[in-house]
Amino acid sequence: MRLLLGTLFALVVGALVGLGGTYLALTRGAAFGALRIGAWTAWPRTGTQDADPYARASIARSGRLPIALGDGLTFMAKTDDAGRRLDGRCDVAVSGVTPAARFWTLTLYNPNGELVANALHRYDFTSQEIVRRADGSFVIVVAPRANPGNWLPTSGVERYMLALRFYDTAVGVATKEGREIPMPSITTRRCP
Amino acid sequence: MIRLLLLLVGGVLLGGIVHLATIIVLPRTASQDAYSRLTPIAPVNTVTALPGPTPAKAIMPLMDPAFAMSVCRYDLSQGPMKLSVPVGLAYTSVSFYNDHDIAYYAINDRSAGRHAIELDLMTPEQHSEMPEDENITAADLLVVESPTITGLIAIRALAPERGQMPMAQHAVDSAKCQRTKTPEESN
Repeated sequence: MRLLLGTLFALVVGALVGLGGTYLALTRGAAFGALRIGAWTAWPRTGTQDADPYARASIARSGRLPIALGDGLTFMAKTDDAGRRLDGRCDVAVSGVTPAARFWTLTLYNPNGELVANALHRYDFTSQEIVRRADGSFVIVVAPRANPGNWLPTSGVERYMLALRFYDTAVGVATKEGREIPMPSITTRRCP
Repeated sequence: MIRLLLLLVGGVLLGGIVHLATIIVLPRTASQDAYSRLTPIAPVNTVTALPGPTPAKAIMPLMDPAFAMSVCRYDLSQGPMKLSVPVGLAYTSVSFYNDHDIAYYAINDRSAGRHAIELDLMTPEQHSEMPEDENITAADLLVVESPTITGLIAIRALAPERGQMPMAQHAVDSAKCQRTKTPEESN
């Protein structure tokens, strides 16, 4: 009886730890070889055949088609530079310069990876659409209310994430963390 | 007490095995991955234009709304394929995925360096069977080897400004992907 109970206990612990770990790994986006710059994270190897089992499982579960590394690289941000969750009720500024690339796009998604509806039908900016300062740097304001300049509407959703994609760029597998790659900063300016 | 601790350690070890096993098996069993989502709407060996993502409806999550996209779901069991993509105004790329959505090759308009991206897709076996003497070995022919028999080609064109979306859409719509005619068939 004790043996049976003991085995059952071990099996239950095993199932909980195993499935819980898998669930966490897939929802948190765990994969090896992450490239973190400020609040931005990219997984260059996810777009190659060297994708590790975690990346493969995450791709399969999410249903997305990752951008091939020879095509471009996706950086995702869920927080601002201070580590604060991106909140659609606040004014958030994405500003600075980007690494060299032929084109880049900045897109706002809800946590499920869907676009967020707004009256302007504005879901993204491309590098050609934005208004820049004289020195080539830019500010994109991600906010619920209209802003002058480059305004990306949030529609007041509680949580969102930003995807910054570089196309035809040298940033990739060989890029080391901590090396100087200019990435735009994300700052929460005003929160109601 | 020690017995309980041992059981706990055993359980955690077992959990590690369960975890690794589920991670490895998951891609094989996933029914909602990109390839499965595209299977019902994209016929084999032909180019299918995908509607752009909207907040209400998107075929896949995390699609880039600045791009027009079409796909060709291929099956090389009958022979190699030929792909030709006209190059759009700004940026056009062709990415190759195996049937588990892992990218194995990508090329863009600049690396193709011409008015159209043209290439042949085949398995390594079909590539080695290719006759060497004929003009197919001409240097301008780009051959891509697919690690799997079936897979996916994603053809994407960027609309740098929203008004250019129809042109980008037109570029990806006029891409062609078809089975290469064997010498016997073309005679």
